[in-house]
Amino acid sequence: MNKKYLPLAATIAVFIGLFLIGGGLYRNFLSTMVLGNILADNAFIIIAALGATFVILSGGIDLSIGSMIGFVGVCMAVLDSMGWHPMVSAGLMILFGIAYGAFQGFVIDFCRIQPFIITLAGLFLLRGACFMVTLDSVPIHHDFVDAYAAAKIPLPGRGVLRSSALVMLASLVLAIVIAHFTRFGTNVYAIGGDKESARLMGVPIRRTTIGVYALGGFYSALAGVVYALYTSSGYPLAGSTLELSAIAAVVLGGTLLTGGVGFVVGTLFGGMILGLISTMIIFQGTLNSAWIMISSGGLLFIFIVLHRFLVGSFNLRGNS
Amino acid sequence: MLKNALAGAAFAVSALVCSTAFAQTIGFSQVGSEGDWRPAFSANMQESAKDYGIDLKFANAQGKQEEQLRAVRAFIAQGVDAIIIAPVVVTGWDQVLQEAKEAEIPIFLVDRDVEVKDPSLYVTRISADFNLEGKLAGAWLAAESKGTCKIVELQGTTGSAPAIERKKGFEAVIGQFPAMEIVATQSGDFTTEGGKKVMEAFIKSTNNLDGICASFAHNDNMQLGAIQAMKEAGLKPGKDVLMVSVDYVPAIVEALKAGEANASVELRSAVGKFIYPVILDYLKSPQELPKWIVIPSDLHTAN
Repeated sequence: MNKKYLPLAATIAVFIGLFLIGGGLYRNFLSTMVLGNILADNAFIIIAALGATFVILSGGIDLSIGSMIGFVGVCMAVLDSMGWHPMVSAGLMILFGIAYGAFQGFVIDFCRIQPFIITLAGLFLLRGACFMVTLDSVPIHHDFVDAYAAAKIPLPGRGVLRSSALVMLASLVLAIVIAHFTRFGTNVYAIGGDKESARLMGVPIRRTTIGVYALGGFYSALAGVVYALYTSSGYPLAGSTLELSAIAAVVLGGTLLTGGVGFVVGTLFGGMILGLISTMIIFQGTLNSAWIMISSGGLLFIFIVLHRFLVGSFNLRGNS
Repeated sequence: MLKNALAGAAFAVSALVCSTAFAQTIGFSQVGSEGDWRPAFSANMQESAKDYGIDLKFANAQGKQEEQLRAVRAFIAQGVDAIIIAPVVVTGWDQVLQEAKEAEIPIFLVDRDVEVKDPSLYVTRISADFNLEGKLAGAWLAAESKGTCKIVELQGTTGSAPAIERKKGFEAVIGQFPAMEIVATQSGDFTTEGGKKVMEAFIKSTNNLDGICASFAHNDNMQLGAIQAMKEAGLKPGKDVLMVSVDYVPAIVEALKAGEANASVELRSAVGKFIYPVILDYLKSPQELPKWIVIPSDLHTAN
C-alpha cells in the first residue's frame, strides 16, 4: 500500500474497531439504526469539517465556523418568522457564507495576516451578530421544514438515512470532486505543501487562498442550514466551540495540520469517530460526560503523534 | 400527604424487592451542570434511581441541544423503557419526540417546558412551579408585614422563565393587599454581583431604604449580594428590612441562621422521589396523565 494512504487506513480501522467494541459491549449498538443516527446527528459537524479540510490542506485554519453556524441559524429562524421560504433564506445565507469566507481569504492574503487572527475576529463578530439578531431560541415553522425532517431512506434493519445525512453525503461527493479532480484542488495541496515553491511554479496564491476560505464559508453556512433544519429552530448560542470539533474531525481523518497532506473522505470518518465516542458513552450511561471530551482528546493526541511518526520515518511529504 | 408518602415508601420497598425482576432502563438527558442547583439535581436523580431499582442512563448535554438530540436518539436505538428530558431550549423537539413515539418509548419532561405541535408526544412534565414559588414568597411577606409593605424587587435575568413567573406569582398575591406595593424593581441577572449592584442603586435612590419594608429577590444569590450591599451601607438586613428570596441554597441557610435573611422558598433538587414513581406507575399501567405534575415548593424561615 502506498504510504500516503496509511493515516486514512488508520482512521478507518479505528472507526471499525470502535464500532465493533461498542457492539461487543452494548445491546443494540451494532445496528444500522446507530449508524444512521451517527451520520445524521453529526452531519453538520462533518459538513463544516469538509470546509475546514480544504482550509487546513492549504495550511490555514478557520475559527469562525461555529459562529457562522449559529448566525445562519438565527437569521433563517428570524427570516422564517417574517414569512420567507426556508429554501430562499438558506440560499441567501449560503451566499453570505461564501462572501464572508472570500473576504476573510482576501484579508489573509492581501494583508499577510495569520489566518488564526482573522478568523478569530470572525468568531467574535458573527457570534456577536447572533445576539443582535435574537436572544431567544426562535422556532422555524414551515411545511417544508416538517417535510425535510420527516424525509428518510430506510436502511436494512431498523436504521434510516435522514435528510441531513443525505445532504452531508452529497457535500462529501462535491468535496471529493473539488479536492481530487480539479485544478483548484491541486493548487490547494500545492500551497499547503510548500507555498514558495507553489508560487514559483505559477500557482495563483491569492485566487486560491480566497477560494479556499470562500469554500470554507460555503460549507460552514451549509452546516448552519443543516443545523437549523435539524433542530427546526435558531438559537444564538448554537454551534459554539463547534469549530474545534470540526478541526478535530479533520485531524482524526488523517489530514496534517501543517497542510498539504490528507484526504477529504478521511474527514467523514474523523467526524463519525467523534460521534461514535459520544454514542458509546451515552450507551454506557453511567460515565461522566467529561469522558467524551477526554477520550476524544486522547485519541486526537495519539493521532497527532502517529502522524508525526509517519511523517518522520516514512517521509510522507517527500523531498521538495 | 402522609398517605402519599406511605404509598411512595411502600412502592419504593416493592420496587427494591422486585428490582431484579422488573429492572427498568430509563435514559435521562440533562441540560448540563451550570449553577449550584443543577449538579445537585443530577446527583439526586442518579442516587435515587438506585432506590427504585432503575438502571439510569445519564447523559449530560453540556448546554448543547445537538448533544441532547444525539442522546435521545441513542436512548431510542438502545431501546430504553422511558426517556426523561430536561430540555436545553423549548424549540426543535417535534421530530425526535415523534421518533420516540414510533418506537413506543414514553417521554417525560422535567424542569423546563417544550413547544411541540402535538402535546401527545410527551406523557407529562414533572417540575416545580415558578409561579407558585412567587406566590408563596408573596404570601409569607403579606402575613409577616400584616399586609402593609413597600417592597424593592431584584429580578432574575430579563425574559427568563423563572424571572417572569416568580414576578407574576408574587404580584398576584400582593395585589390582594392595597397597602403592599413594589416601589422599585431591577434585574440583577441571578448573580451575587448583580444583586449587590442593584441594591446599592436602591439604597441611593431611596435614601438608605427609608420606608422600605422588604426586599424580594428572584433567587438567593442576588439576595446574598443585596445583604452585602446593605451591610456596607450600615443597614441591618433581616431587621430593618425583611429579606425573602427563592432557591434555598446553602449560603442562604447560613444567612437565615445569622438573622440576615428572613425567608427562602425552596426549589427542590431532591426531586427523584417525585419523578420516578410517576414514571414507574405509567410503565406499569399506561394512562393519560395531566400535562404538568407540580412538585410542591417548601418555605424556610429564620426560626
